[in-house]
Amino acid sequence: MRNPPRAFRTETQASAGKPAGVVAATLSRLWRNPTACFGGTLLALLAASAVLAPLLAQHDPLALVPAERLRAPSHEHLFGTDMLGRDLYARVLHGGRLSLTVGILTAVICSLVGLAIGLVAGFSRLADALIMRVMDGIMAIPGILLAIALATIVGGGVSTIVLAIAVPEVPVVVRVVRGVVLTLREQTYVEAARSLGTRPGRILLRHILPNSLAPLIVQATYICGLAILIEAYLSFLGAGIPPEFPSWGNIMAEGRGFVLIAEWIILIPGAFVAATVLSLNLLGDALRDMLDPRTRRAL
Amino acid sequence: MATIPVMGVVAIIVFGLIHISPTDPAAVIAGDYATPAHVEEIRQQLQLDRPIHEQFLTWVGHVLSGDLGDSIFSERPVLQLILARLEPTVSLALMTILVAVVIAVPIGVVAAWQARTVLDRALMLLATLGISVPAFWIGYLLIFSVALDLGWLPVQGYASLSEGLWPFLSHLILPSITLGTAYAALIARITRASMLEVMGQDYIRTARAKGLPMRKVLIGHALRAAAIPIVTVIGLGFALLIGGVVITESVFAIPGIGRLTVDSIQRKDIPVIQGVLLVFSAVYVVVNLLVDLLYTLLDPRIRYAG
Repeated sequence: MRNPPRAFRTETQASAGKPAGVVAATLSRLWRNPTACFGGTLLALLAASAVLAPLLAQHDPLALVPAERLRAPSHEHLFGTDMLGRDLYARVLHGGRLSLTVGILTAVICSLVGLAIGLVAGFSRLADALIMRVMDGIMAIPGILLAIALATIVGGGVSTIVLAIAVPEVPVVVRVVRGVVLTLREQTYVEAARSLGTRPGRILLRHILPNSLAPLIVQATYICGLAILIEAYLSFLGAGIPPEFPSWGNIMAEGRGFVLIAEWIILIPGAFVAATVLSLNLLGDALRDMLDPRTRRAL
Repeated sequence: MATIPVMGVVAIIVFGLIHISPTDPAAVIAGDYATPAHVEEIRQQLQLDRPIHEQFLTWVGHVLSGDLGDSIFSERPVLQLILARLEPTVSLALMTILVAVVIAVPIGVVAAWQARTVLDRALMLLATLGISVPAFWIGYLLIFSVALDLGWLPVQGYASLSEGLWPFLSHLILPSITLGTAYAALIARITRASMLEVMGQDYIRTARAKGLPMRKVLIGHALRAAAIPIVTVIGLGFALLIGGVVITESVFAIPGIGRLTVDSIQRKDIPVIQGVLLVFSAVYVVVNLLVDLLYTLLDPRIRYAG
């Protein structure tokens, strides 16, 4: 620890040339960070279990076997069975596909929409006043409740659930992106670029966008975790993804009525949710410390 | 003053909810087996046949005079339904804030004091876990272990304070831990971060150099100076608390506003959902306004103009 700045400098200088080099350098630093390493490994294992679900689980997640109802975890059924005799191990692994998809889709939608709105707010003073009032309004409604209300009123289906979860999270991204734009606008090199007659589109592409990327990735990681958690809450409250296809949330929602005799139906999928969200939060914290040490975690 | 435009936007969003329904909202409310006459009756009742801006102005006028509309299901005024459920929810929220702050602030202070040690890392991993675990999962785990296996506390339900102090408290302990875990985790993380920021200041070193014991420096100097971010997060985290109330009351069968919300979701009772959203948002905005006002007490350098 005697001489860290030099080592750090050579590393970033060596990689500053190409964007691919920056990504590689960030990944190698992440790998050396114990928090990120733990979070990343956990997330990779969980994602692999979802992607490889058909190979890992020999039972059909939708097959009803009434004779095998509510069996406790055993060698035959690793996680037990649910109230309809479906194999919970198969359901949880397959459910991970839907839950992770909801998380990733929500993070992508929030990032893209938040980036677009944030850029407009940062560039136009007139739009800024209006946009930020609307964002303040959305943020004043507790996120889970707004998602519940949207999901209830618009009705089920994966796409509407994703939108219902995404809407309350968009203002967080807008604020972050707008903050980056407002700081950069005052920087001398952006001013210099502008005074040389560089078109706004080019300033946006060359300066603003690359600088927004790091905080955006950090927020997207947090939002992905939050979305998985909120999907579980929505299902639990009866406003989530309809039960035809298993998600961690609706497996737990279906098990609610049997929780006192078959607690594994809720505890096991819940542990998967907790592990996934934990790994994403740890990864987000590590990325934030590395890429963007100034901003605090947004709520 | 800034709260007026915010509540205005909240009102527009909450009002808009009924109109974003892809199908006829009156038909949605009436349910799948409604007769056309019944749908028409609901449309009249909600005045959905009038121009939208007129509907909005009438609605805002009613809300400002305390009329949040009537429940579709029970046909009673929404405000009356909410007020009837107020006591359990307020008790749960207050108890949770108390439990969370009492647990979280010392954890954050210890973590900052022992920064970058094994203890600090363990506490912060625990805090990150706390914001990652679904609240109902913690709730069921507590029900299985503390209430069923050990039999120390009641499994579910609510007892009013008028039934005695112990029944009241014993019914609230498990729910407030369930609801408070994520909230406490958030407060502990911020406490640690803002304590660390303060601990680097010169006057902390001076206080240590003049021989003040660490305990006094931590609590008398550092925590005092770190109070503003902590209080801010207590206010902002209130949103988390409100969302969690709905889930916690549902797990522990507490007859509060959260339970009312869940019942209204299942019945698609949109006026009640709108009313709950409006009331909770107003509470959230007011709490954060109070936090802003608290700044001047915590830091005499801050003075608001006007």
